[in-house]
Amino acid sequence: MKVITNIGKYFIMLRYVFSRPERFKIYKNRVFNEIEIIGLSSIPLVALLSGFMGAVMTLQTAANMSSPLLPIETIGYITRQTTILEFSPTVISLILAGKIGSNIASEVGTMRVTEQIDALEIMGVNSLGYLVLPKILAGIVTFPFVIIISMATSLIGGLLAGVQSGLVTQEDYIKGLRYWFMPGDINYALIKAVVFAFLITSIASFYGYYTKGGALDVGKSSTQAVVFSSIAILVANFILTNLILL
Amino acid sequence: MIEVVGVNKHFGVAHVLKDINAKFSAGKVNLIIGASGSGKSVTAKCIVGLHEVDSGQILYDGRNFTEMDRNHRKEIRKEIGMLFQGSALFDSLTVEQNVMFPLSMFTEMSKDEMRERANFCLERVNLTNKNNLLPAECSGGMQKRIGIARAIAMNPKYLFCDEPNSGLDPKTAIVIDNLIKEITYEYQMTTIVITHDMNSVIEIGDHIIFIHKGQKWWEGTKEEILKTHNQEINDFVYASDFMKEIKGMLGKH
Repeated sequence: MKVITNIGKYFIMLRYVFSRPERFKIYKNRVFNEIEIIGLSSIPLVALLSGFMGAVMTLQTAANMSSPLLPIETIGYITRQTTILEFSPTVISLILAGKIGSNIASEVGTMRVTEQIDALEIMGVNSLGYLVLPKILAGIVTFPFVIIISMATSLIGGLLAGVQSGLVTQEDYIKGLRYWFMPGDINYALIKAVVFAFLITSIASFYGYYTKGGALDVGKSSTQAVVFSSIAILVANFILTNLILL
Repeated sequence: MIEVVGVNKHFGVAHVLKDINAKFSAGKVNLIIGASGSGKSVTAKCIVGLHEVDSGQILYDGRNFTEMDRNHRKEIRKEIGMLFQGSALFDSLTVEQNVMFPLSMFTEMSKDEMRERANFCLERVNLTNKNNLLPAECSGGMQKRIGIARAIAMNPKYLFCDEPNSGLDPKTAIVIDNLIKEITYEYQMTTIVITHDMNSVIEIGDHIIFIHKGQKWWEGTKEEILKTHNQEINDFVYASDFMKEIKGMLGKH
């Protein structure tokens, strides 16, 4: 019952989030600030994770290719497909749900328990629009770039690991990367990135905004934000895969 | 003037405000006092619209706030300044930016004009050369003064102060009390202060409403509250030994 109530509250929240901003210039500045917090600050973590994961994917693929009938380029091909279709858009989004989701929920939750949101409301500011809309816009704008960076570093990581270990040559790996490449896969990944960005920022904001109590409850909201945005990503991933790929 | 007419409020099955009626005049410091959990903060939150009333009316100079939609309420809210218990300053903004915030949201002032107004408000609360500090770098008393400066930045008609002295030492508390009183008289605002601090009652209470168990139990002036025979008020006012001594002295005279 509580889940249904929360879903209803979530959609009511979205209605206020997307109502007309009071002062466009201020919102624009806030969007740029959020782009820095949500997008740019995530790049080092994403690059590090993606580079190592790409390397491991290449090594795992090579280690499990026991049939001599499989061409060696398959290593690059499988690393590319895994990275573009699932690892970068979905797994990285799940990781960012932890980083960004908890950050947003704790920031907004702290503003709630310290009455900063009440202060906004009493001034006549649409607090949901002011606080949440810039985060959603920043997420939607930056996530595709972050995911592209993830793809690139993952494939580079795979190349370095494959070549350094001697399991595949640079030429064979790149040949595999180019093999049967479909640009539509990139579109699919970027659509997922935009949807996941929306889910992470809005769900985390929801749990932060409706925090009640004190510091302990901010922690609980932060945990709930990560758990429910992760679940939402997995469900959306399933739906989008059915809609776009099949 | 703010009028509260027959306001009732429930939280679940708990009836927390029972038929509250009150008038708060302009140019006076109006106090809502009562013990913890009596309903005084809920009363204030209903007046400013942070809680919706179940029945009754809130009138701002005759304008029925309870029946207004969000957009019309916004117009009245631009006339309201509020000092919160924890100051509620925006952590990520400097002192100056905090005071300039309502101006940047709702006026067409240039940046220089906003800065000038912010400096005027900060000077009014005796804070100079602190513009670039963050709230976390300021003391509790300074934060309250910044909160007052932000509250008066838009030149409000109505000022609300929720426990303005909580967490402050007695000397700083008196400074804040006097500041609220001076600003109220100077700008002829309708000021409502929610407090349980008897020093504030004696210092600034022009008109006092005592809330007990969700009901308006008593109403009067600071002189009258010291002489009343109402048992619940006496239990509240003379709770400390110090106040009991004062009561003894009053009795002798």
